[in-house]
Amino acid sequence: MSNPYAKLPAWAEYGLIPLINLVVAFLVAGLVVLLVGENPLKAAYHMINGAFGRGEYIGFTLYYATTFIFTGLSVAVAFHAGLFNIGSEGQAYIGGIGVALACLWLDKTMPWFIVFPVAIIGSAAFGALWAFLPGWLQAKRGSHIVITTIMFNFIASSIMVYLLTKVMKPLGSMATQTRTFEAGGQLPKLDWLLGIFGLNVGNAPFNVSFLLALFAAFAVWVLIWRTRFGFEMRTMGHSPSAARYAGISETRITIIVMMISGGLAGLMALNPIMGEQFRMQLDFVQGAGFVGIAVALMGRSHPAGIIPAAILFGMLYQGGAEIAFEMPSISRDMIVIIQGLVILFAGALENMFRPAIGRAFAAIGSRSSAAAQTRGA
Amino acid sequence: MVNTDETGPTWGTWVNMSDIAIELRGIDKSFGLVHANRNINLTVRKGTIHGIIGENGAGKSTLMSILYGFYQADSGDIVVDGNVVTIKDPNAAIAHGIGMVHQHFMLVENFTVLENVMLGAEDSQILNTSISKARVELKRLEKEYALEVNPDALIEELPVGLQQRVEILKALYRKADILILDEPTGVLTPAEADHLFRILGQLKDQGKTIIFITHKLREIMAITDEVSVMRRGEMVATRKTNETSVEELAELMVGRRVLLRVDKGEANPGDVKLSVENLTVRDGRGVTMVDNVSFNLRAGEILGIAGVAGNGQSELLEAISGIRKAVSGSVLLNGKPIDVTGHADPRDLRDRGLAHVPEDRHHVGLVLKFEEAENGILGYHHDKRYLNGVFLNTKAIQADAEEKIKKYDIRPPNPRLKTANFSGGNQQKIVLAREMERGPDVLIIGQPTRGVDVGAIEFIHKRIIEMRDQGKAVLLVSVELDEIRALSDRIIVMFAGRVVGERDPDATEGELGLLMAGVEGRKEAAE
Repeated sequence: MSNPYAKLPAWAEYGLIPLINLVVAFLVAGLVVLLVGENPLKAAYHMINGAFGRGEYIGFTLYYATTFIFTGLSVAVAFHAGLFNIGSEGQAYIGGIGVALACLWLDKTMPWFIVFPVAIIGSAAFGALWAFLPGWLQAKRGSHIVITTIMFNFIASSIMVYLLTKVMKPLGSMATQTRTFEAGGQLPKLDWLLGIFGLNVGNAPFNVSFLLALFAAFAVWVLIWRTRFGFEMRTMGHSPSAARYAGISETRITIIVMMISGGLAGLMALNPIMGEQFRMQLDFVQGAGFVGIAVALMGRSHPAGIIPAAILFGMLYQGGAEIAFEMPSISRDMIVIIQGLVILFAGALENMFRPAIGRAFAAIGSRSSAAAQTRGA
Repeated sequence: MVNTDETGPTWGTWVNMSDIAIELRGIDKSFGLVHANRNINLTVRKGTIHGIIGENGAGKSTLMSILYGFYQADSGDIVVDGNVVTIKDPNAAIAHGIGMVHQHFMLVENFTVLENVMLGAEDSQILNTSISKARVELKRLEKEYALEVNPDALIEELPVGLQQRVEILKALYRKADILILDEPTGVLTPAEADHLFRILGQLKDQGKTIIFITHKLREIMAITDEVSVMRRGEMVATRKTNETSVEELAELMVGRRVLLRVDKGEANPGDVKLSVENLTVRDGRGVTMVDNVSFNLRAGEILGIAGVAGNGQSELLEAISGIRKAVSGSVLLNGKPIDVTGHADPRDLRDRGLAHVPEDRHHVGLVLKFEEAENGILGYHHDKRYLNGVFLNTKAIQADAEEKIKKYDIRPPNPRLKTANFSGGNQQKIVLAREMERGPDVLIIGQPTRGVDVGAIEFIHKRIIEMRDQGKAVLLVSVELDEIRALSDRIIVMFAGRVVGERDPDATEGELGLLMAGVEGRKEAAE
């Protein structure tokens, strides 16, 4: 009786419920658009068209999605160990230092495929370092990770202001950014990938870090469900008392999981820095760490869910920008509202429709009651 | 198979309608896909004690929750005193004279008895008026039903038995004529339970009607007038208690013949495998839970630790198995010390031959969200046979799980099923299979059959005896005195963290009961 609402079939659990949540979110968003005095259908058209209408738009959507896959994975890994890492934002920001250092050091002498691995290691290392500290503080000192990671976001932000105004800025420049990287610090676009589908990537910064993101998603799946360490962190995430019973060190798991989470957040920096800007700018993360929380929630902390969720948020970003451009009375803030509604319905109110759906299934089930009987009591 | 009676309607025909306190007609309740109550008919006569018995998950609690207004039935009628009523919440139940004493008391610990009794039934906005009125009424109730309790005592300072009495007073204060008691003896010593039975008898004599829910057959036989048996959400039979037997009721509950007695031969104790000396453990608040406890456990014997829940048994097990740090004392496993006051590592202890079936399988022994096979390796996940380097060897894990499922008859036999979806008995079998199949030297087991159905109890007891006969040392903690007496070769009794006595398993229940209540123990300690 601990779970009065019996288990739903997998397709309803992972397909139907998220879909219903999403539809409701868009319906409410439509109401908001209506309130502003615009036509929601038109807005929906601009959103979809802006995100998928042309090769270039798709390129932008996937470019944003790449960023969100990294931060979504970062949040999800920590989540499986029962840790709520709010600090992906700061970890991604600090991870940028690793990317910038690799590029500034090697971009003039080495080709991109040499610089890229160095930057991968650098970004992951810096991101992991930034997550190690809160992890260590929680494991050894009991400072709650939610509080410390939020604080560390602010510290990261201040450090970057310092670095980009005093240290990493070229002499004589007034812009708070590093110098622009040479060819070695620029990732090639994935125009061939879209080309397969007969699409033209145009100006979109859709680059090879997308493939790295897909690989990271696979690696995270292996880590969580196919390794001994993943077993230990899931045990701790579901039941700390069972972990203690099984001889699993909470200290060790907390610190390592936070470093993996931070490393994944750090990888995010590759996409904007080496893939789009070819330099590190102030505020390049732009809230992607926080979107990662929503992506992880929506994707149910499973890589196979995070990828579509990241693409959905990529669509909201790209399509949203298009709405703001086409419909002047809808500002960018409106897009934030729509994103907020998606987070609200898909994340926070995830279980709102579950009882009703459970009842519906029960009603269908009782008609073919033979099956239900074996499940009874 | 047993004949199942058509309970409700036929029952009603030979009982005078005005004698009936409560009648349930065709109560049906589902939670999602789970059909918790199926067309339940129940007739409870006025001025009787009516037992409801059934295994965990049989639907007893759901049925009572419907009667008390926590849930609404999907269909069916509740008839109180001849009128069909709707009970939409507990307040409505109380208005119809139905009171409930919950398994876990609903008392405010830092309030006095009086404050708890009147809480929610104050008849004035001004507290002082209510208090003085309540005091008079409480005095009257105490006298009428011989339920003495100091009205100004704080709840947290009262023993459990008296707290339960406060719960009963609360119901009476609200003018309940029908009392529902949900597993009331779970937290009581045998002496306290006897006292409760006397109180219930008095209440019955005063004309109150009592519905008594339990899974203990002995209690049903001891105090009820009639008993209804539930199985898998259905009411399978109602009997007059003096016309039935323990054997028949057990068979009705389980749906097949069960062996209630445990067959076991003589113990053959060998070397000392586990030696505990002067062990002291404090809990998180610094309260001493285990106080200077010493004992030896030999190969080939079962040492039972009896005691009312909360007298330090849990902490003792946790300290020995390396989950909780002890303050002082020493423990030797196979002659070598366990660092109980420092860094005892459960993993290391497992390697050294200590297996532990924890009391709380839901939070400690199992991860309910894991698949069955995953729980099969919990704690042993470092074992090379389950691994390929750092990767899990899923095939080996699966095969291992299938083997244990077969050997322990775990149902449903599906290693991929989420553990939460197994019944209590099968969950316990998952833990037992994992810990026993290792062939440990020392097996410590807490509450082996808590929340386990009768059919599985039989199996589990057999397996524990088998372990002993294979020469393993078994330390058994249980709050079920019957279980301790049936399985143990020696019994030690814990009270307030101390070992207050050691007895043979043929010691009488009364003797052990006194020790558990701390009465004998104080005398012995003083000597």
